[in-house]
Amino acid sequence: MLRLEDIHVHRGRTHVLKGLTLAVGRGEIVALIGANGAGKTTTLRTVSGLIRPTSGAVVYQPEPGGPQVDLSRLAPEKIVAAGISHCPEGRQVFSSLSVRENLLVGGYLRRDKEGISRDLERSFELFPILRERGHQAAGSLSGGEQMMLAIARALMNRPKLLILDEPSLGLAPLIVARIFALIAELNAAGTTVFLVEQNAVMALGLAHRAYVLELGAIVLSGTGRELAENPEVRRAYLGSAA
Amino acid sequence: MSRTTLRLAALCTVAAGAGLVALAQAFCGDYYLSILDFVGIAAVLAVSLNVTNGFTGLFSLGHPAFMAIGGYVTALLVLPPGRKEMFLPDLPAWLASAEWSFAPALAAGGLAAVLAACLVGLPVLRLKGHYLAVATMGFLIIVQVLIVNLDWLTRGPLGLNGLAPLTDLWWVYAVLVVTLYVAYALKFSSLGRAMLAVREDELAARCLGIPAARARILALAVGAFFAGVSGGLWAHLITAITPGSFSLLMAFTIVAMVVIGGSGSVTGSLLAAVGISLFTEALKPVEESLELYGLAEIVMALGLIVCLVLRPRGLFGSEEPRLLARLFENSAP
Amino acid sequence: MSGGYLTDLLVGGLTLGSMYALVAIGFSMIYGIIRLINFAHGDIVMIGAFVTLGLVQALDLPLPLVALATLAAGGGMGLIIERAAFRPMRGAPQVTGFIASLAVSIMLQNLGVLILTAQPRNFVCPDWLSAPARLLGANIRVIDLAIVASALGLASGLMLVIKKTRLGMAMRATAENLDTARLMGIDVNRTIMAAFVMGSALAGVAGFMWGGKFGQIDPLLGYVPGLKSFVAAVIGGVGSVPGAILGGYLLGMSEVLFVGLLPPVYAPYRDAFVFGTLILILLVLPNGLFGTSTEERA
Repeated sequence: MLRLEDIHVHRGRTHVLKGLTLAVGRGEIVALIGANGAGKTTTLRTVSGLIRPTSGAVVYQPEPGGPQVDLSRLAPEKIVAAGISHCPEGRQVFSSLSVRENLLVGGYLRRDKEGISRDLERSFELFPILRERGHQAAGSLSGGEQMMLAIARALMNRPKLLILDEPSLGLAPLIVARIFALIAELNAAGTTVFLVEQNAVMALGLAHRAYVLELGAIVLSGTGRELAENPEVRRAYLGSAA
Repeated sequence: MSRTTLRLAALCTVAAGAGLVALAQAFCGDYYLSILDFVGIAAVLAVSLNVTNGFTGLFSLGHPAFMAIGGYVTALLVLPPGRKEMFLPDLPAWLASAEWSFAPALAAGGLAAVLAACLVGLPVLRLKGHYLAVATMGFLIIVQVLIVNLDWLTRGPLGLNGLAPLTDLWWVYAVLVVTLYVAYALKFSSLGRAMLAVREDELAARCLGIPAARARILALAVGAFFAGVSGGLWAHLITAITPGSFSLLMAFTIVAMVVIGGSGSVTGSLLAAVGISLFTEALKPVEESLELYGLAEIVMALGLIVCLVLRPRGLFGSEEPRLLARLFENSAP
Repeated sequence: MSGGYLTDLLVGGLTLGSMYALVAIGFSMIYGIIRLINFAHGDIVMIGAFVTLGLVQALDLPLPLVALATLAAGGGMGLIIERAAFRPMRGAPQVTGFIASLAVSIMLQNLGVLILTAQPRNFVCPDWLSAPARLLGANIRVIDLAIVASALGLASGLMLVIKKTRLGMAMRATAENLDTARLMGIDVNRTIMAAFVMGSALAGVAGFMWGGKFGQIDPLLGYVPGLKSFVAAVIGGVGSVPGAILGGYLLGMSEVLFVGLLPPVYAPYRDAFVFGTLILILLVLPNGLFGTSTEERA
């Protein structure tokens, strides 16, 4: 569904991504793990068009068997329109907008009024707290609530591919567990998920497949379980002696 | 080339410049001489603003204000008591009877500008980026308003005219050489490096123990001094001083020179000032014969925008020619 | 001091404040979205004034049509400036944009001088607009009332657009977080352009009002009111539209009262008073009355 082919990204004089190649299959949950500064967020921002790669292609095929597009030449709004929602690191809800407006902004490109109100309703069912807080400024929500809002907002675009950047960042374990259960649910309902996580234990437990990113290139890949059992990964990312 | 040879070469260059000045004084007509004077003053202004703006990244639009202060102070000190009595009957006695010669009066004008820089700098330098720019613009307007309204001191909007034509190319050349020397020496001193560090990253500079606040106020004061002196030169070149001369347009012109030359590069400011002021002087007759007033400003504004888009760091960035760097490095305090 | 004189002052402050408010809104909208102090904004006021003059004098169009045309001219000018000068510099340091806007301003002023000459021109309004309107014993004209009423109408219309429409929502989202707004599918270039167009349209109308109120216009007329409107925006907190409106009225009112109530010797210092206020506010209240931004300014 999504293939990154030999991506190079430069920021100023730094060479951030050095020939990164990976693939996300339709219906999968794929995790990208790695240390701080390895280039995980840069990878995601390259997919959603916020960063233009110096070279390489981001090949995306929205429909099975359908035409392929190279996202690296598209503006972010075109990429959103092609069915990719990116839930950025640190949640980034629009804190001065109301909860409801945040959700509406999530469905910004949609013009079907009925569909929008149906999906608004669905978000409220998914997270009843958002209905309760509907007219409050999003900035007044707690961290966990903001994460729910950020996910619900991303879903308002009815994504085929959902990109999540550090969904567990700064959240209490109980809430993290809920968020991860939700990701699994969304995936079971047909959404492909590509996520970046610091919390490698949870990420590898959830993902079908995963990649390990080091210094801008993929150094290891495999199923979530394979990587979770790999001694090097265990030593470096799972915080346990091999 | 060894340092001694370099110094010798530098002295020769200065002497050669003096030779050119002598030639110009001897053979150029008044019109061309005055153009050379204006070019030289523009260079002093651009290089001194570069000390403020380029070295520490303080973006100041207040340069004409310092120039105005220096200009008025110089003019008041130099003006013969007889004329002062006619223009400004309400002056306090000590000022009314003062009749200084040009050099000390210029220095006093520069120092008055320094004083103003310290007064305004202490509060305002806490601001950053475009907020500092706006605040210094406010300062410029306030100074203009004061000059217009302090009739007893400045003769209001009429200004002071009939000043003695004291400024000649020798004065301009001497001030320019001193300005350049101070700017280069400062840039390659440890203090100058500290200033450039403040520009790049104030937090990091502070962590390294560089007193950022002091570096900034010093940069403002040094720039103000030479602006003040060039105000005095300017007034005694056109033999008049009026509040309207020190406008935002002038601030913009100096800023354009610094930005196009490369903010932080003394050489860049010098060359840009010479190039741009020669260009506008050359355009003046065209403007007048075609009645296209404002053409020079339009061309300059366009040039600046193009420069900001295509070469935002200016022609020279913060670089200086290698030889100059070798000449000044470690030689200054 | 008679009650009539006081009412005069109040109406004068309201009229001046209305114009400041309309111009300040644009400063705030543009700053709110791309953190640019658009120095050329004041010159749109000048362009608006000359467009009005041209349409009234040369074509003798009815006033409502002229007002619409001024809106369009201001908006169009904002669009051109944004495309030509600011978009190519997006992402550069803030000061770069500010210098560029200064260059645009100098260019517009001098283009004005070049095309129209620096000679002030009389700005003639239809008679009924300059007719006196008796109100509480004060000496006011119909145009004063028209200025205040239309400024309030335009300002509330704009607030409504920002608060209630899809575009307004996109503008607020973009102002808060440009990258995340792009991740929502918002075409930020169009949103930024919209902010320029709307803000500049209001400034254009302010030019119409300026001419009508003071009766003379010249190519440099936008400079001082533009700067003062920026001060108004800073008072209200740059980035906040309601703040800009309030700041405009506060500044207009205090300027008129400064001149009207203090002994006349102080009157020539009104500009010094305004810019002194600016420096003071930047230093002690950098976010203004309504600004919420935590961004570093000092």
